[in-house]
Amino acid sequence: MKAKIAWLEFLRFALSILIALFIGYVFLLFGTKNPSEAFKWFLYGPISTQRRFVEFLNNAVPLMFTGLSLCLVFQAKIFNIGAEGQFFFGAFGAMLIALTFPAISWIHLLLTLLGAALFGAAWAFVPAWLKTRWKASELVSSLMMNYISYLLVLFLVNNYFRDKAAGALVSYRFPQTAWLATLTRFRLNSGLFVAVGVVIVIGLLVYRTKFGYEIRAMGANKKFAFYSGINVSHVMFWVQILAGAIAGLAGGIEISAMYRRFVWQSFPGYGFDGIVVAIIARNNPFLVIPSAFFIAYLRVGANIMGRLTGIAPEVVIVLQSIMILLITAEALLAKFKQRIIEREAMKE
Amino acid sequence: MNIVVSNIVDPAFWYSVLRVSTPLLFAVMAALLSSITGTINIAIEGMMLMSAFWGTIIGAFTRNPWIGLMVGIFSSTILALILAFVHLRLNANLVIAGVAINLLSSGFTVFMLFLLTGEKGTSASLGSQPIPRLDVPLLRDIPFVGKMLNNHNALTYLAIISIFVVDYFIRKTPLGVRMRAVGENPNAAVSVGISVSKMRYLSLILSGIFAGFAGAFLSMGYVSWFARDMTSGRGFIALAAQALGGKSAIFGAFGALLFGIAEAFGFTLQSLRIPSEITNMIPFILTLIVLVIYARLRIKSHSRIQEL
Repeated sequence: MKAKIAWLEFLRFALSILIALFIGYVFLLFGTKNPSEAFKWFLYGPISTQRRFVEFLNNAVPLMFTGLSLCLVFQAKIFNIGAEGQFFFGAFGAMLIALTFPAISWIHLLLTLLGAALFGAAWAFVPAWLKTRWKASELVSSLMMNYISYLLVLFLVNNYFRDKAAGALVSYRFPQTAWLATLTRFRLNSGLFVAVGVVIVIGLLVYRTKFGYEIRAMGANKKFAFYSGINVSHVMFWVQILAGAIAGLAGGIEISAMYRRFVWQSFPGYGFDGIVVAIIARNNPFLVIPSAFFIAYLRVGANIMGRLTGIAPEVVIVLQSIMILLITAEALLAKFKQRIIEREAMKE
Repeated sequence: MNIVVSNIVDPAFWYSVLRVSTPLLFAVMAALLSSITGTINIAIEGMMLMSAFWGTIIGAFTRNPWIGLMVGIFSSTILALILAFVHLRLNANLVIAGVAINLLSSGFTVFMLFLLTGEKGTSASLGSQPIPRLDVPLLRDIPFVGKMLNNHNALTYLAIISIFVVDYFIRKTPLGVRMRAVGENPNAAVSVGISVSKMRYLSLILSGIFAGFAGAFLSMGYVSWFARDMTSGRGFIALAAQALGGKSAIFGAFGALLFGIAEAFGFTLQSLRIPSEITNMIPFILTLIVLVIYARLRIKSHSRIQEL
């Protein structure tokens, strides 16, 4: 029966993707004279050349981190969706250390990434603390922290770290000792390996440790967790801090490997895409890896389509949101699930 | 301190407070109408954005702001229906579905904007039709109040009226009372024959309509174009303002005004050369503070275990 239900879950997932892709196609139908050409680039683009394939892999790195971060908090049924702000603030923290700390090789890079994680955690501290101390809704507070992070970081970067010699609004370039390596001719982000490593560690944490058990128990039934002696507010607090550190680290890795200076003037969107990644992974840290690759594929596919056919790649956001709606819709195909369970019960 | 005093006695300051509060007033009503049945509408932000987009686009194409307003409200109501359907019928988590609706609006409006105007930033090239201002004859002649209340956008007056309409609706009409009953205790409501799902559908749809007004005002009154993600957090600020006002439309409106004052005060500070990034932060920081105050008040009235 378990296998059948898993199969059904897969079917539900595939159906959601298909419906979303179909709606995307309808959009392209209105958006361009040659929709099948555009659609082809959308689906085939990321594997069409080696360069684009590396672009796809690189795109998956921040998504893996932010997806993992949101996985953790969703696993405990907390709705802290501040990963976007934590990512941004983490990137700022990395920049701060990379530019101010003396250039000592190895230590400099390590401190840069550590700084990113710390800044991300610091940003997550506010909603986490407000929630545990005052029971203030973490949903609203984490969103407010996103806006505050955005405005504060832009203010600081543009006023104090701006490289006036550069043509655009960017920070000074990092010293070489704070660079995270990129591999191969097409600059593969070595953060990919860090990301996979962190995913495995967090996965083991969730499924193999006491703290992980407490997180899952809290997500399954908060009251039960409370009455069975789990310190709920303690878990609630530390899950969010840990998630913030992961999201912050994502910002640090992205910036020290890909750009080597602070480049963003608007949110890069990895935090919100992370929500999609976590939902597709059904809050299972291990499944974040395929799920992040999937979303990265769509994102890069849409960008390539945009570059080649001039269609706004934002259409992919529409696809993603339709996928979220359908995948979280528990009742979709629920009748079939019910029937399988009933039939199996009759046999016994 | 001087600037604070000169602001308070200046009718122009209060005029601008009312102006910036208008979208928040509508959005707070939207938040209130959904929360009374126990459904928190996270998607107000996205609904506002959708309405702002269609309002200005259709207004520009038909050369008639009122048709634009209608279509704008219709579009946000459709989003409300989708949210209600996936949550109430397909059992999707309300928060996650709400976040999805917000994402959907953000992506959809940019995609369509690019499709229709070839630009991704704003719709300024379309030349839109703003909703007219009203010059009220009697109001004009009252000294201080006239300058403060007269010559506002028609929707601003509607927002003020709607506070009292909503207040009356949820406190006095049978339908409003039934909706509140569903929010207070769904099981008890069922036992006296009230359909919980029908009431929740209705409350989300009403919420969508008010979010539609809020969004349409942004692109056809506050400014006269659509810009990507132009709601910039107002939907969430409205949720916080509504939380401050509890289940009362009047108190909720005061919450909205508080944020309006903060925003208008931010403009004054900008003229003192304080960077806009810092002044723009004021409403968001205020939201955090309000959230804490509200949470403290609530803790006092409930036992800790219940509030887990």
